[in-house]
Amino acid sequence: MSRIKVFVPRETSAISVGADDVAIAIARKSKQLGTDIELIRNGSWGACWLEPLVEVQIGEQRIAYGNVEAGDVDSLFEAGFLEGGEHARRLGPTVEIPYLINQDRWTFWRCGLIAPLSIDDYIAHNGFKALTAAFEMGSDAVIEAVTASGLRGRGGAGFPTGIKWRTVADAAGEQKYIACNADEGDSGTFSDRMLMEGDPFTLIESMAIAGYAVGATKGYIYLRSEYPLAHRVLSKAIAAGRDAGWLGADIQGSGADFDIELHLGGGSYVCGEETAMLESLEGKRGIVRSKPPLPAISGLFGSPTVVNNVVTLASVPNIITLGADRYDGFGVNRSKGTLAFQLAGNVKRGGLVEKAFGITLRELIEDFGGGTATGRPVKAVQVGGPLGAYLPAEQLDTPLDYEAFSEIGAMIGHGGIVVFDDLTNMAHQARFAMEFCAIESCGKCTPCRIGSTRGVEVIDRMIAGEKRDENYDLLVELCDTMEDASLCAMGGMTPYPVRSVLKYFAEDFSPPGEQ
Amino acid sequence: MSVSNGYDAGIASNIIADFDGKPEMLVQILAHIVDRFGYVSEDGIRQLAEALNLSRADVHGVVSYYHDFRTEAPGNHIVKVCQAEACQAMGSRALTEHAKGALGVGLNGTADDVTLEPVYCLGNCACAPAVMIDGRTYGRVDAERFDELLGALGDTDGGS
Repeated sequence: MSRIKVFVPRETSAISVGADDVAIAIARKSKQLGTDIELIRNGSWGACWLEPLVEVQIGEQRIAYGNVEAGDVDSLFEAGFLEGGEHARRLGPTVEIPYLINQDRWTFWRCGLIAPLSIDDYIAHNGFKALTAAFEMGSDAVIEAVTASGLRGRGGAGFPTGIKWRTVADAAGEQKYIACNADEGDSGTFSDRMLMEGDPFTLIESMAIAGYAVGATKGYIYLRSEYPLAHRVLSKAIAAGRDAGWLGADIQGSGADFDIELHLGGGSYVCGEETAMLESLEGKRGIVRSKPPLPAISGLFGSPTVVNNVVTLASVPNIITLGADRYDGFGVNRSKGTLAFQLAGNVKRGGLVEKAFGITLRELIEDFGGGTATGRPVKAVQVGGPLGAYLPAEQLDTPLDYEAFSEIGAMIGHGGIVVFDDLTNMAHQARFAMEFCAIESCGKCTPCRIGSTRGVEVIDRMIAGEKRDENYDLLVELCDTMEDASLCAMGGMTPYPVRSVLKYFAEDFSPPGEQ
Repeated sequence: MSVSNGYDAGIASNIIADFDGKPEMLVQILAHIVDRFGYVSEDGIRQLAEALNLSRADVHGVVSYYHDFRTEAPGNHIVKVCQAEACQAMGSRALTEHAKGALGVGLNGTADDVTLEPVYCLGNCACAPAVMIDGRTYGRVDAERFDELLGALGDTDGGS
């Protein structure tokens, strides 16, 4: 009799709410009962609100049990959960959970499904098919497919990926590089982390495809230090990839060489900006570079470099195997394909929702998210991280589309959606935007370095009720200066959340009693 | 993963050697040194400058730039409370105040061998508020759970 497979995620969010304890309790109990189970530590499906989410393989199906605590394990065994038995925690088949089936899983389809560090499991689920196909297609055809898919940079800037790859491929240079930006610092975002923890070989395969396409033999992953589990998983996956001949010299006899070096950040937010990241990869202070030259022409160590976000890269394999037109078939206008949205903050059902562009914020927050966790009305939603605008409840019907967001002075960024309820004081959020910029500014340009500190001071005076009208004008002027004259998005976009608070939540600047 | 406070030049030297003494690996070397010792000492900066053929000012510039690279020994345990927006939306400001009170220190302060630090996003934003203790991330942390986690630290030290 084959052993019953039990899945408990080894993923940061699941572990943060007790998944390791649940795994230990299940292993202990099954040993005690003499039941032979195979405990698989999978990635997360992304339904964070159901974590720890335990699954049992019954025939072809996986039966899910949600919000399992270590204290539930005895009763789960008593209820016969290894046969899919009824229990208060039982959710039914994983593939029937509405939160999951209503998604368009393109990039994250393997996440939760497979054992992240099993290269055999990866290969059994179409792993490395895209890289093999890429070798057969030739580098030009790969770049053409990526261009035709309409894929744009998922890190936040939304630059067309195919054009970037073409630029690097055409650039003169002996050595070229792929630099994967895994410095996912925006609050409300965790999709890079989930992919790296739940399906690391996809990132490795994607980087190898990018390397082959543009003629780069070396790749770097710049991973933030706040993700220790992702670091362990990626380190092991890279080693396993090398052992199996999917990284290194002459990959699978293709004649193509490609290897990856994993680098850790030092806790600096601005190192998520591509040129600061390159400086940091070179061992220096993470100071933003002036552009031009673009990294595609002169990037890491002065060589042509593709800088792509984790999710951007990880979207490529299916574009190769399923076809660019399939990907292009998702989405609206110039926002093609899917984005892994992340529902976070004060939301009842937080987690990762991969959907085609065009869905509205309301659909994401209400239909998927179930409204706020506190059950109170939504006051504001910050989309796109600390540099993203705070949208009032009236704007929830805005479709998620790069250009539609740009029109209302907002941005989609890396797809993080942070929900705030009506008890939030938005003046404090505006202050935090400036404060965060002051803490994280690299210091190279004055508007960002000084402007952010002045911004905190001006907002403090407004909150205290000092010369509110004059300080309001001063703050607007400061925002103009930062936006127009900063070197990068750190100083240039910190005004976005601030302006949105001034525009939609100005009453929150009034001292108590005046509201 | 609690850190050892004894800065050991021999171990630091091995870490530098692991990266072939390449100056472009300075950020990586520092990350490993701080992971091992909790900080980089003044002598450690001198050692790095010599080994990597950089000026002390160069090394100091990199050390002072990154939040992770402490120059003072932290406590044996490091508690980081997320200060970023998703956690704010779920009460991290109040949790931070609670943490300060429970530990009797401000942010970046150390008491009873525990260092309290701010952190800006642990990527656990759907299970906010989040806290990291000795390199392990915890989610849905309210004041009560925070106290339990803190109490557990005392237990592993043989009671506090």
